[in-house]
Amino acid sequence: MKTRVAIIGAGISGASIARVLSKYENLEVHLIEKNADVGWGVSKANTALIHGGYDDDPEKYPMRAKLCIKGNRLWHEWVKELEIPHIWNGALIVALRDEDFKELEELLERGRKNGVPEMRIVDKEELFHLEPNLNPEALGGLWVPIVGQIGPIPAVIAIVENAVANGVKLHLETEVRGIKVEGGEVKGVETNNGFIEADVVINAAGLYADEISKIVGVNDFEIHPRKGEYWIFDDDIPGPRRVLFPTPTPKSKGVVVTTEISGHLMIGPNAQDLPKEEKENLATTREGLEEVWKKAKELWPNLPPRSKVIRTFAGLRPEPTGGDFIIRAEKEVWGFINVAGIRSPGLTSAPAIAYEVRDIIKLDLEIKLVEKKKWNPYRKDITHFFMLSKEKANELVKQNPSYGKVVCKCNHVSEGDILEAIKRMKLIGVKTPSIDSIKVRTKATSGTCQGSFCRVRIARILAREYGVDLWNVTLKGKGSEIGIGDVKVLLRGEVE
Amino acid sequence: MIYDTIIIGGGPAGLAAAVKAKKLGLKVLLLDENEFLGGILPQCIHPGFGLHYFKEELTGPEFAHRFIREINKLNIEHYTNAYVLEIENYSDLEKKVVFSSPKGVMEVWGKTIIYAAGARERHAFEIGIVGDRVAGIYTAGEAQTLMDIYGVMPGKEVVIVGSGDVGLIMARRFALEGAKVKAVIELMPYPGGLARNVMILRDFEIPLYLSHKVVEVRGRKRVEKVKVVKVDENLKEIPGSEFWIECDTLLISAGLIPNVKLLKRIGAQIDPLNGGPIVNEFLETTIPGIFVAGNALLINDLVDYVAEQGELAALGAKEFIKNQGILSRKWIELKRGSNVRILAPHYISGERDVYIYARVSRPMENVRVTFPEIGKELRLPVVKPSEMLRIKLKAEEMQKAEKEITMEVEKGEV
Repeated sequence: MKTRVAIIGAGISGASIARVLSKYENLEVHLIEKNADVGWGVSKANTALIHGGYDDDPEKYPMRAKLCIKGNRLWHEWVKELEIPHIWNGALIVALRDEDFKELEELLERGRKNGVPEMRIVDKEELFHLEPNLNPEALGGLWVPIVGQIGPIPAVIAIVENAVANGVKLHLETEVRGIKVEGGEVKGVETNNGFIEADVVINAAGLYADEISKIVGVNDFEIHPRKGEYWIFDDDIPGPRRVLFPTPTPKSKGVVVTTEISGHLMIGPNAQDLPKEEKENLATTREGLEEVWKKAKELWPNLPPRSKVIRTFAGLRPEPTGGDFIIRAEKEVWGFINVAGIRSPGLTSAPAIAYEVRDIIKLDLEIKLVEKKKWNPYRKDITHFFMLSKEKANELVKQNPSYGKVVCKCNHVSEGDILEAIKRMKLIGVKTPSIDSIKVRTKATSGTCQGSFCRVRIARILAREYGVDLWNVTLKGKGSEIGIGDVKVLLRGEVE
Repeated sequence: MIYDTIIIGGGPAGLAAAVKAKKLGLKVLLLDENEFLGGILPQCIHPGFGLHYFKEELTGPEFAHRFIREINKLNIEHYTNAYVLEIENYSDLEKKVVFSSPKGVMEVWGKTIIYAAGARERHAFEIGIVGDRVAGIYTAGEAQTLMDIYGVMPGKEVVIVGSGDVGLIMARRFALEGAKVKAVIELMPYPGGLARNVMILRDFEIPLYLSHKVVEVRGRKRVEKVKVVKVDENLKEIPGSEFWIECDTLLISAGLIPNVKLLKRIGAQIDPLNGGPIVNEFLETTIPGIFVAGNALLINDLVDYVAEQGELAALGAKEFIKNQGILSRKWIELKRGSNVRILAPHYISGERDVYIYARVSRPMENVRVTFPEIGKELRLPVVKPSEMLRIKLKAEEMQKAEKEITMEVEKGEV
């Protein structure tokens, strides 16, 4: 009989674990997610970096130090296997003051200890060769060529699609209400959609990992939300070629200036610690955004006029007690594995975390894992009309006219792209049609006009394909419908 | 095959340009990105269109329909669902337009282009609103599309940012469908819309907050409340004046921005105050043979002027083809004087009558509009930023002009 594994949370950690565990034929893997789609928690809003691994002190944060560099290496394979949008453009940690070099030397030393290849300190001349438009007062920097950027939610989606293709069962809009433990062993997960039997329960619940862990009586840590805010600018604003960091402080890596993978200048984040209860507080603030602006300007003096912003947003990092990742089988409850406090560099570490969990299952739980003879490591991305040559696009349109209909004007997303996205959503089991599901798969609505032209068009396609009324299409899951009914609904007195 | 003119955009400017160009004997291709022609007009179901152009009051769909009928009658070649990806300017008389459509990704060639791609709406992020990114935030035009094209009610308790025409018209639409419009919030100390639209607020008892702005949205999944703050005469926020309004819908009607990305990409010079390209009296941009009309040129208040600009651009295309360019012995620069914000055209020959389109920066009563270099002066009882000034300069008036003509808007003597 197969060992049943339930993973709570389909963010980057849970998805990566599901993918790795899908390699074994004696495991039956269930991935449980409370949202309408995957990757909508912590994975959704962050700096989208694949870090170099020089930043985490191996004495203080051994898990982070070990898994970051390992994750970086794994991502180099995963982005190819799964066709995840990415760029390996390297990072510069910039010294603005003489005393910064001391810190850079320390980072370099730490990087060497952690096994980061090819790092070196560059002088002013080389710094400006690598990044011509930096603050002219910059003195030098630490050059880390292995740093890259990926689309974090596209990554989660790609990983989940691949995991599902390899037999993982995804349960969306499924919220964990309890965990059944008998005789010191986990037996399964109680949810709003019924009981899911499981011999192993993996807690990858992001900001809520402390609360899930508490259910089984493990309460030696807490997760605090730490808010980070960002600005994104229009695509005609020139951004840097590299990922630019200031010299770090003990609390944070600092405000990053980067050109994100879609070509938009992005600055952020700040670091604002919130009370433990505010795990849904994703509101941007004046103060936070001003702080980001001021700090970004130190590295990148040519920030555009404020009117060139196309979006500001905030994300929450799950800050654990102690600061290091908590990845362990809990001895008190056999079969319960915590994957908690996956704060930065969590995105980078995710593939390595997945293998760490695999090893815990093998070594700590002593479950013998049998590899599948046929496991498919590959997943194809959907078509992106804006990436095609004219000839290729024309060929495709001739076969299927929907590719010729441009829906999102800013980012040149075609109806064909959107139909493919919807097909994939249905394949993994997305039940509630959401504009955001289309946005993260196709980039529609994320350009200059922020969807004011195309949101309605996308909603119409979703309504048609899902067979729902137009007003029942949501922005991001139930409760965020784009309308309250037909246009006469209030006059008929049907809405209170 | 090479078209005489390729018109990009099938709203009022493009439609008028296409009809005019065809009547002038040009070989015309009209491209529109929507499923149907008309641009924004089909969703403007209120009256007030065509008073100048047709000398009668029409709704938006009616106004569009008159032109679309002509398009069909004249057999003007046109594509809908045709989105222009690229314009290339090979030479003065060879321009390539690449567009995608359900029939394929096509390349067409034209001697001239009339760019009539309209404008886009400013969104919540651009006006600095912070807080939660949740459902219930719409641009006014988006809400209008939902209600008046697709019959969807967006919400029931509405706050509207901006007292421009679209915002005011949507205030009425929401009120007529039984929603509660709780407030219209205007940053400036005066309303932004035409007088006839400001009346809506009185008719439906909707509070107007002048010198106020919405700074924050809060809500879990959908808008629950918005934070409003008062501003002083320098538009700076007054500390302690904040208050919250509960609502489920926030409508952003904070102005339009000419849609000129494609023109910028090929090097057309842009007037930063208009937001549209720099043009001469035929509305030709700084790229020879590429003309612009409608809200892509500058933000108009009346569709009648938009149609007029489309026709002028068509005349320009004809002239351009005939003379291998828009020729003039000299170009007189039209310059902004005091209290002039929006102004076009930028260069005039002085050889023919020309309409200039302008908007002031701030309202003024008992006004003298002067063009000192040519000694022209006219009096107006009142000018407002919301109402475009359309002033005819006659060729004979401009004879004295040398290098420039300045437009001044000043207080007249009491």
